[in-house]
Amino acid sequence: MLEVQTYPTVGEAASAMDDRARFLGGGTLIMNRVNYGDRRFTRIVRTTDASLSEIRAQGDRLEVGAGVKMAEILASRDLDFLSPAARAVGGPAIRNMASVGGNLMAPHPYGDLAVALLALDADVRMVSGEEMSLEDFLARRNGVVRSLLVRRPQGDEFRFRKVSRVKPKGISVMSMAAHLTRSAGRLSGVRIAYGAMARTPVRVRAVENALEGVSLDLAGISAALSVATEGLDPPDDPIASGWYRREVAPVHLRRLLLGEDAR
Amino acid sequence: MKSPVTFWLNGSETAVFVDAGANLLDVLRRGCGDLSPKYGCGQGGCGACTVLIDGEPHVSCLVLAETVAGRSVETTGGLSNGPDPHPLQRAFMEGFAAQCGYCTPGMLMAAKALLDRNPSPSRPEVEEAISGNLCRCTGYEPIVDAILEAARQRGAA
Repeated sequence: MLEVQTYPTVGEAASAMDDRARFLGGGTLIMNRVNYGDRRFTRIVRTTDASLSEIRAQGDRLEVGAGVKMAEILASRDLDFLSPAARAVGGPAIRNMASVGGNLMAPHPYGDLAVALLALDADVRMVSGEEMSLEDFLARRNGVVRSLLVRRPQGDEFRFRKVSRVKPKGISVMSMAAHLTRSAGRLSGVRIAYGAMARTPVRVRAVENALEGVSLDLAGISAALSVATEGLDPPDDPIASGWYRREVAPVHLRRLLLGEDAR
Repeated sequence: MKSPVTFWLNGSETAVFVDAGANLLDVLRRGCGDLSPKYGCGQGGCGACTVLIDGEPHVSCLVLAETVAGRSVETTGGLSNGPDPHPLQRAFMEGFAAQCGYCTPGMLMAAKALLDRNPSPSRPEVEEAISGNLCRCTGYEPIVDAILEAARQRGAA
């Protein structure tokens, strides 16, 4: 039998977690499992703690509560740089429900917002107070997240693209995000992240390295395009095969980097 | 183990006992007898179960029922004014925007959320508003036309 436990603070809720419990955010992941009779858990743990839904400045970073919904990101002027990724998640009803924290836990091929946050070098603050890079968090996906910490990108240096077969709403063939920082007119310290190309959203270091010191034009990025999927083994799923994902990734990477419209 | 939940269903205060882990769709249909929201996929992928919670569209199959305590829930069952269909319902009928009709309640609620917020939407805005609702019969065009027609008639009234 399933049991639902509701706590007034996220700290108490986190303390109630164990292997047989699932933390309920917006419900889009956990209720799906409940509806399909997943018996790996017997307790749903949730909290009414309003602090999880706050968006606030934290030094030079923005702190986004794990309970903030995609629709709230779209309504926030401070988080307008995340709008393309938040809008890529589901339709309007899902965006009223799906939370930032849930997106970090979403199984392949979901988790488009996490791709954007990964490229932006976001950090994760756990309920325990521990802080870690989103990349480290995605490698273990364990514990209850309190918030995300992210710096606002400058000018047009952040780009996001979701590739799906159905418009305007479709599941990802892949999603890509790039934080194109420059030094003396050339790319420097660039971060590239993919979604739906591995078990979790991942950084693509081969591409990042190939973009170091080059100019942002077709000649400059050609070496990066040739290593677009180096080290990746994209999964097969009903949306696309791994082979297809590998084949088309360089095309979409080029479009992302050069700001080209899809034809 | 059942727990009591009180909420507002189409403007009427409603109290039901819900099973632990029950979703709102199940409670509306089996607990409240409101059969207007439909079960489609149970994954939030089809939108057939769309209802408005505090005016915003939600897929009720993924809403833990007890989270609507004290909140307002609107379904297609509450759209008409007695025998008079809602303008959206009338536009759907007159524009042949329903074939099998299974997606219609979800489409209507997604459209109502849009028109309540934006009385004069563009065609792309309508397409975006119903992008989470699948229809396997119509090809969507009559549905989009009907929503635009309902908006026009509201504006002309």
